[in-house]
Amino acid sequence: MARPWESAPGVPFYRDPKYRGIAVQIGLCAALAYLAYAAIQTAADNLARSHVASGFGFWNVIAGFDISQTLIAYSPQSSTYGRAFWVGLLNTLVVAALGIVLATILGFAIGIARLSKNFLVERLATCYVELIRNVPLLLQLLFWYIAVLRALPEFAASFVLPGGVLLNNRGLFLPRPLFADGTHFLAMVAAALLLAVVFNKIAGRSTGFWGTTSARTAFTLLIVVALPVAIIVVSGAPLAFDYPQVGRFNVRGGLEVLPEFVALVLGLVVYTAAFIAEVVRAGLMSVSRGQTEAAQALGLTRTQTLGLIVIPQAMRVIIPPLTNQYLNLTKNSSLAVAIGYPDLVQVFAGTVANQTNQPVEVVIITMLVYLSFSLITSLVMNLYNARYALVER
Amino acid sequence: MKQIAQALCAAAVAFAAAGTADAATLDTVKQRGVLNCGANGQLPGFGLPDSQGNWTGLDVDFCRAIAAAIFNDATKVKFTPTTTSNRFAALQTGDIDVLARNTTWTLSRDAQGLNPTGINYYDGQGFIVRKALKVNSALELNDAAICVQQGTTTELNLADYFRANRMRLKTITFAGLDEALKAYETNRCDAFTTDASGLYSTRLKLARADDHVVLPEIISKEPLGPFVRQGDDQWFDIVKWVHFAMLNAEELNVNQKNLEEQMKSENPEIRRLLGTENNFGEQLGLTKDWVYRIVKLVGNYGEVFDRNVGQGSLLKIARGLNALWTKGGVQYAPPIR
Repeated sequence: MARPWESAPGVPFYRDPKYRGIAVQIGLCAALAYLAYAAIQTAADNLARSHVASGFGFWNVIAGFDISQTLIAYSPQSSTYGRAFWVGLLNTLVVAALGIVLATILGFAIGIARLSKNFLVERLATCYVELIRNVPLLLQLLFWYIAVLRALPEFAASFVLPGGVLLNNRGLFLPRPLFADGTHFLAMVAAALLLAVVFNKIAGRSTGFWGTTSARTAFTLLIVVALPVAIIVVSGAPLAFDYPQVGRFNVRGGLEVLPEFVALVLGLVVYTAAFIAEVVRAGLMSVSRGQTEAAQALGLTRTQTLGLIVIPQAMRVIIPPLTNQYLNLTKNSSLAVAIGYPDLVQVFAGTVANQTNQPVEVVIITMLVYLSFSLITSLVMNLYNARYALVER
Repeated sequence: MKQIAQALCAAAVAFAAAGTADAATLDTVKQRGVLNCGANGQLPGFGLPDSQGNWTGLDVDFCRAIAAAIFNDATKVKFTPTTTSNRFAALQTGDIDVLARNTTWTLSRDAQGLNPTGINYYDGQGFIVRKALKVNSALELNDAAICVQQGTTTELNLADYFRANRMRLKTITFAGLDEALKAYETNRCDAFTTDASGLYSTRLKLARADDHVVLPEIISKEPLGPFVRQGDDQWFDIVKWVHFAMLNAEELNVNQKNLEEQMKSENPEIRRLLGTENNFGEQLGLTKDWVYRIVKLVGNYGEVFDRNVGQGSLLKIARGLNALWTKGGVQYAPPIR
């Protein structure tokens, strides 16, 4: 028996399709490598010729500019361009993460509404999808930004909400928990959540009283809500808050949510949800009608039919295009630059590229970051998809 | 969009075929028959196209003066609107021959492949605030939210000033001037900051200009001037001397009205300036009558200033530091001899 890596007898290796294939591939790779090398070489030459500084030395130079939203400590006088990069990166990640969660929720709701038997609900959902999908995102962002700013009162006439919360056109100001004293409290909350998850896993297998949905829900709520409250009562409010204080121009202290952030998240969520709704609708319609009828014949309620029978099967169709929408949302978040939200593109590819006059390096780093975001999102969604995919035996 | 443009420019800087940077810029411009000038495009008084696409402004007239000196035709200029983010890349890739876009001369810009050719406007950074805030000094702006345009020296000076005066600051950064101004107008920020000249002209863009006031503090030195690429000394000299010629013309009282008269002048300085004596223009690679062309088609520095930003314009900015050295300012040109 001929081994697969050996040529058939009597055929010289250079006429063997297998060796030829390999040779062509090696040639192609070499050509590509040469092209890349030539491009880099030309770039380096041209940069040197036009006396543009090159290299990544700027990374450790003091930045000297201010950023409006910083999730990690940053100050213009002592932080570096590298630090500014991380600040921008985190700002992008926050928008993307929150946007993905909210767009998924809204998108599912609208996708399901489009299949509703209620005429009004179905029409409204259709109008939403058609309207939002067909207006450019940049315009929508500008609309939300102006709409958000105009709708809110000026600083002097802030809305004062219960619990020391202030709302005005400079943002939403919440009391900020001071973690120094409350760390053990937070640990308890985390433990309670973990306990709830474990309980649900175990009870889910039970067929007795604890296996019923209502019992599980009630007990989970008890763990998650009652336990932390009990701790607060017993230990006497271990969590201190930094309340926002009204200054002459702005609010000091507290936790600040910028209007730029709200406008960006709102714009991205509303826009992406329209696409997710269509993905969801397609997924739901792909589940055969017989499944629903069978579920109803077994006496499942409409909600149970949707949640236990239809959606799990629809997910197989939904997940791959849903991944695309997540990637789009993340990449679209770079439009933040138009409305003054300090995301990665605004801070790094904008200000840093300009102040350092090294756009080539900065743009390359920025592209790599977005590429990694996309690849990581794809990876996670593919793993999830693999779990949900139809297993054929 | 701007980021895309910037990325493309960056790529172009890197991968443009070698060689374009080597050819003498003057020859390239002559061959092309038109000067490519990077201008502002958003700033009244310095560089702004009207609805018919006619550009006006101090920097715009500077480019026209170069074209007048080369082609004897001030209209042979193609203006390219540039942003603060893409202006240097546009110059370094050869997209534009000269950048005349109220750009501050700083050491790092000078050192990194660019050559400022002179200072055609001495400026400084200031603030504009709403009158209703009752702020009289920039030192009262502790804690204020301030709108600023990205990628400018303004952004850095602002942080410096607040730090030096131990004040707290909230910067809201926008890619474009108009976006930043819009945010200030919708009350997102307490103040808007840019070069003082820019404050006067942007104030005109506000719906109710009288509700806003420019604060007295000038917090930085902003010497604004045209830039060229490093590595072409002849072109550097030409652009540099076009500015000096316009200043010398004003100093010697050579203007559009009396030009023909002055051509007959016996004053040796005027004769050298206008090329009726000696061949200074030719030493630069231009013609003998280069200054005659500039003054005839564009005007001297004083006329250009007056028409675009001074008393003859809507901005009505006083000459101040930009007066000639003989009149209490610091505009001073080396002699033509």
